[in-house]
Order: sequence, then structure tokens, then C-alpha cells
Amino acid sequence: MPSKRSAAWLAENGAVAALVVLVVALSLLSSDFLSLTNLLNVGVQAAVTAILAFGSTFVIVTGGIDLSVGSVAALSAITLAWTATEGGLPWPAAVVLSLATGVACGLVNAALIAYGKLPPFIATLAMLGIARGLALVISQGSPIAMPEAVSHLGDTVGRFLPIPVLVMLVMGVVAAVILNRTYPGRAMYAIGGNEEAARLSGIKVSRIKLVTYALSGAFAAVAGVVLASRLASAQPQAAAGYELDAIAAVVIGGASLSGGKGRALGTLVGALILAVLRNGLNLLSVSAFWQQVVIGVVIALAVLVDTLRRRGTN
Amino acid sequence: MILRAEGLTKSFPGVRALDGVDLSLRPGEVHVLLGENGAGKSTLIKILSGAYRPDDGRVLMDGRPVEIRDAGDARRLGISTIYQEFNLVPELSVAENLSLGRPPRRFGLIDSAAMMRRGGELLDRVGVRVDPRTPVRRLGIARMQMVEIAKALALDARVLIMDEPTAVLTTGEVGKLFEIVRRLRDDGVAIVFITHHLEEIAEIGDRVTVLRDGRSVAEVPAGTSQDELVRLMVGRPIDQQFPRRPAELGEPLLSVRGLTRTGAFDDISFEVRAGEVVGLAGLVGAGRTEVARAVFGADRYDAGEVFVRGRRLPPADVHAAMEAGLGLVPEDRKGQGLVLGADIGENLGLVTLRDATRAGFVDLKGQRAAAARVAGQLGIRMTGLDQEVRTLSGGNQQKVVIGKWLVAEAGVLILDEPTRGVDVAAKVEIYQLVNALTDSGHAVLMISSDLPEVLGMSDRILVMARGRLVGELPAAEATQDGVMALAVTDVAGSRAE
Repeated sequence: MPSKRSAAWLAENGAVAALVVLVVALSLLSSDFLSLTNLLNVGVQAAVTAILAFGSTFVIVTGGIDLSVGSVAALSAITLAWTATEGGLPWPAAVVLSLATGVACGLVNAALIAYGKLPPFIATLAMLGIARGLALVISQGSPIAMPEAVSHLGDTVGRFLPIPVLVMLVMGVVAAVILNRTYPGRAMYAIGGNEEAARLSGIKVSRIKLVTYALSGAFAAVAGVVLASRLASAQPQAAAGYELDAIAAVVIGGASLSGGKGRALGTLVGALILAVLRNGLNLLSVSAFWQQVVIGVVIALAVLVDTLRRRGTN
Repeated sequence: MILRAEGLTKSFPGVRALDGVDLSLRPGEVHVLLGENGAGKSTLIKILSGAYRPDDGRVLMDGRPVEIRDAGDARRLGISTIYQEFNLVPELSVAENLSLGRPPRRFGLIDSAAMMRRGGELLDRVGVRVDPRTPVRRLGIARMQMVEIAKALALDARVLIMDEPTAVLTTGEVGKLFEIVRRLRDDGVAIVFITHHLEEIAEIGDRVTVLRDGRSVAEVPAGTSQDELVRLMVGRPIDQQFPRRPAELGEPLLSVRGLTRTGAFDDISFEVRAGEVVGLAGLVGAGRTEVARAVFGADRYDAGEVFVRGRRLPPADVHAAMEAGLGLVPEDRKGQGLVLGADIGENLGLVTLRDATRAGFVDLKGQRAAAARVAGQLGIRMTGLDQEVRTLSGGNQQKVVIGKWLVAEAGVLILDEPTRGVDVAAKVEIYQLVNALTDSGHAVLMISSDLPEVLGMSDRILVMARGRLVGELPAAEATQDGVMALAVTDVAGSRAE
């Protein structure tokens, strides 16, 4: 049925249409927007949010929420920088430790949620404070320089390929493959759709939640390292508030906060919309204060349009 | 005529749900709406209650055409609908629910005394004894339904639509409901009554409109014979309502010994053999569902053992039960059996998701192929495997729940109320499926509150009362009266075994 298929395509790719409209409008309004330098800049700006948001996509698909990703990103980056400089570890070991930190935070979140029966909002709100605090404790509140080898992650290969963008794309593919093709990924959709039915179908719900939040933590760690590399130093206050951008990106990308719906591609588009919007408003010299207003309106509009469209098709 | 619907037509992507349906309601009549699941009953009542807009056709009230654009319009016209899923706020009191949205006010504040008084009057009108201050969550299903009816009265309903009100009630509760329905009818309310229980029609109905494949095929008096009603509904006579075909018995596949959970069930022991259907009868609340869920590992138990093919299952471990070849079709299809927002293929593949994983990746093609095979075998009526389960009729949804265990090749199936809310034709299809399962050596434990069904489809019947097994009867010797007598046994005395 072509009509159904095209309707479904629109429902899933409404965010793409919004992105296209935004790009066209900005290229008409500002002559600088479509320049290569600027577009690469947008990509780099989108990268950290997008990587965090891919991690959040797993969580939101299961019907949960992860408020701790910004803090976990900072803690992971601080862990890397501190163990490499103060601790004197070789940088690959520091990278592994940093990822392990992210995973560990995620596992604690999941344990509180799956076994302690805390609502995800509360468990990850606690972790938001704990991880941020630990980052400040370890760093004693000051930025720590990133090891030389790792900070190349912030470079641009040749003239056209910023490594953060590359990392973003790789993480996006990884997220898409996990969601679409693996057992934990498919189980996440089932749990978000109906947790009890998933459990009565033999899906080990608690175990899948461990995987889900661990993935979110791991993605947060990668985002934290990419961010620190761009800044050449790990900062304990980095990525504060990014969890909200990540959630916004996922939701703009068509996921439902009640679970069972969401795609990596949608999340990427959501993150790009946020980045394009911020960049465009800068180019148009809109004050930073007004930018926040505009972005808030866009988030509300994006979800509103999506909700109305769904209501229309049902 | 109080209400008249003419030529109502409504299409959804892929299906024409209603095709020129007519319906006429007189004041003071109980008008039964009869039809298989998928015949268009739900769509029709959703149009009358403002949830859907028809593509074509019109509705007249008192001879004047009216527009029912939303629930508010329906309310203003005096049309109230009681769905199977109640619209009550569990945490609020009965009186608050009855005044929901329009509480009596004094000086801008809610007048609690008046609210309680009004609540009490409404409850009196439906003849139910409940303190209006009781929170709704503390009421049983039957009394919640009475509160729903009282709510409709609060809105001065002239047309009351009841969607399968008896599906969740016990025999005694049904009698009470009928009393209330008759009283409302005598007050001049027109009642649209949907039921799958044919024997209820002559008892409560005045006229019957039969829907089939989205058309109104007949309007007949309620005294019409059941055979004739079935013929009108399915378009052909059904020779056998319960086509149980006993199979050759083999090894015991499921053995339960001394299963106990304090406060729920006590010392439950039984066996189900390959090729056998064991019926588990009893009153609602006797502990049957609790036993089924504990056997399957969905809930814990305090003592006892469960064996599948001689191997002991660890307690409270659904995954282990599933691996051992046990499957549960739960009582609450939508809440526990299905992921409603996912498609048919996803739901059918839910149980095998893990086994279909090779080197980390799910074999989606294999899953899809298995789903297609089972969907074909079960005759699931669908536009394709990518149709959302939410949009299927009750019978077809139930086939999907059973189907996921067929995909998983479960050898022992526990069916908890497998035909609740399922129409006559789909019931027979499910019975035939049970026959096919036992023919191929499966074991089936069937919980059902429908006595003719238990008697007709079981080889052996276990009866539970107050958490205990109080009797076992071979199907050939069982009668409705015999089973009922056991089901109401007062266990405190002696066990009839």
C-alpha cells in the first residue's frame, strides 16, 4: 500500500523535512551558512550532543530516561585525563578506564532501577549529582590537560573531515545496528512497548536494562572524551545540561518518552536540527538569551507536530 | 425512535470497517448488537460515542440529524458509553468519580456534602450498596461497572451503550446487572447491549441487530433461536460449538507438586500429559490464575515443585520455564500478552528473539519467515505482518499471543481464559487449534470461567475453590452442576477428593 508507506515515511522522517526547511531558510537568510567551514563547524557542534543522544535513545526506547549523561561524560573525561597525567598510565589504558567509568555509572543507574525499583528519573537524577561531584573531587575543580595522543580526536583530517563528526557517524551506525539487529536492541523495544508482556515472553528485563544503561554510560564516556579533546582539556564542569539537549534530540527525532519508539537516524537528525538552529541564530546575531527561547519553542513545536500527525493517522 | 443511524460507513487503511450500517433504537428497549469480532460493533459504538467520525451516513436523534464530533457532543445528546476498560480514576472516591468534571460547588469550593449526597442517590438508583467515600480501586470489577452505570445516569443518559458488560462478571453478578438494565429500560432509557453470550440475549434483550463484515445483515426479535443467531452472525451454521477431539495420551509433560503460596493457593498438585487438555475450573478469585503464573515462573511460590518433562524448574524464572518448553497465554491479553504498538511480526517473534540471535545479530529474516508461517497456520486476519497488533480484533489478537508460543515450539501451553472477549467463530478456531496441538503431542492446561467451554474442551477437569484443588472429574462424567457444586465448596470444612 503506497499511501500507507508514504504516510509511514513521513511520520518517521518529519524531522528530516524540518531539517531541510531549516537549512534552506538559513542559507537564504545568511550567506555564510552554506560555506564549508561553517557546515563542518555545525557538524562538530552537533557531534557531542548526538553521541550523548544515541546513548539516550536506548534508554528512551525502553521507556526510561537518563538525566546523568552530561555528568557521566565529564567524569569519564576527567578520569581519562587524570589517570594519564597524574596517574601516569599509558593513554590506551586511560581510555579503557574512562569507558569503564561510563559503563560503571550506567550499571549503577540500572541496578537502582531494575533491582531497587527506583523510577529512572530519580535514579539518574542522583547519578547526575554523584558523577558531577566525583568529577569535581578528582580534578579538584580545575581543568586537566588531555594526553596529546587522545586530543587528536578533536582534529580535522585533511581539510574536510573533523574527527568528532567521524566519531559521531560511527557511534550512530553502532547505535542503529544495536537497536535494529541485536537481541538487546529488539528487546528494548518490547520492554518499552509493554514490560510485562516482554517479561512473560521470557525476556530478562532486568538484564536488558543493565545493558541499556551501560550503553548509555559508554556513549556518554565517548562524548565526554570527544568534547575534552576538542577543548584539549578535561573540565569538571563540561557538558553540564547536555542531558536535556540529548533528550530533546531524541524526542525531536520521533521517539516517544512512553517507550517503544525511537531510531538512531531520527536522533541524529534531532541533534543536527539543534546544532543548525544554534549556529544559524549565531550567524544572524540573535542574542544568546533569545536563542534559548527559540530552541524551547522549536522543541515544543517539533513534538506537537509529531503528536498531531500521529493523531491524524490513527 | 430515539436514535437512528442510517448508512454509516467507515474505512481504515486496508479495511472497510462499516459499510452502510443501519441501527434504530426505541426508548425503553434493550437492543442487542451481535456480531463476530471484526464485524464492526466497536466501530459503530465509537461513531455513536464520538470517538470516530463516519465517512458517510448520518445519525438522527428524535428524528433530527445530529453531528457527534467528540465525546462532549455525545454527552450533550444523552449518549453514554461503558467500555470494557472502565473510565474511572482508581485513587478517587466513588462520589468524586460520579461528579468527575462537574463537582457541585459552593462559593467556588467543592461542596463535599452535596457530592456525597448526589453520589449516594445515584448509587441507590442502580441499586448498589457502596459507601460513596470508598476509593474506586477498592471495589471489585462488578461494582466498578455499577459505578460506571451510575456515572452514565449522572449524565442523564437517554442512550446507554454497554460493550460486553458481562464478559468480566460471575453468574451472580450478571443477574444483578440484568436487574439494573431492566430498571433503566423501564425508565425509558434505550440500551445498546453487546455480548458474545448467546444465552443472555433472550433473557435481557428485546431486539437484535446482527452485524457481519461491516454490514447490518438482520434485525430480529431477541427470542430468535441461538442456532439462527449464529447462522446470521457467521453466515453459515456452526455444527459443533466445542469440537474436542481427544488425542492419544503420552508421558506427563507438566507435573506440579505441593505448590503453595501463603494467602493465594495451597498444596496444589496435578499432572498434564502429552495430548491432554486439563481444564482448571473454579470461581473468579479461586486462585487459578495465581497458580498458572507461579507454574510459569511469573510469580514466586513458597513451597512445592514444578517439573516439565521430568526436569525441575527453578522458581520465579520465566526464562527457564520458557526454555523448558512451557508457554503462558495470560488472562489479560492487552496488558500482559501483547506489545500493542508493535506489529504482528514483532509480537510473534518475541519469545524466540534470543534463540534467533547468531553471533550477536538477530536473524530477522528467519523470525519473519517463522511469523509468516504461524500467522498462516492460525489464519490471522491481517493486512500483513507489519500491521500494528493494536488494530486487530480480539480474536486475532489472541491468535497472535498463542502464535508466539507456536513459533517458540512450546510443548506445554497454559491458556488462561483463552476465549474471553473472542467471538463465536474465532472461539471455534481456537478450539480447533487446541485439538491440533494435542494431536501433535502438546499438553494444554486451560483455565476458563466459561463452564460449557471447560466441559466441552477438556479431557479432565480440576476444580479450585479458595486456593485449593477441591476435585477432579473426567470430562465424560462432569456436568455443569457437578463442577459448580465443587467450585463453591467451603474448603474450611473437608476437601472433596
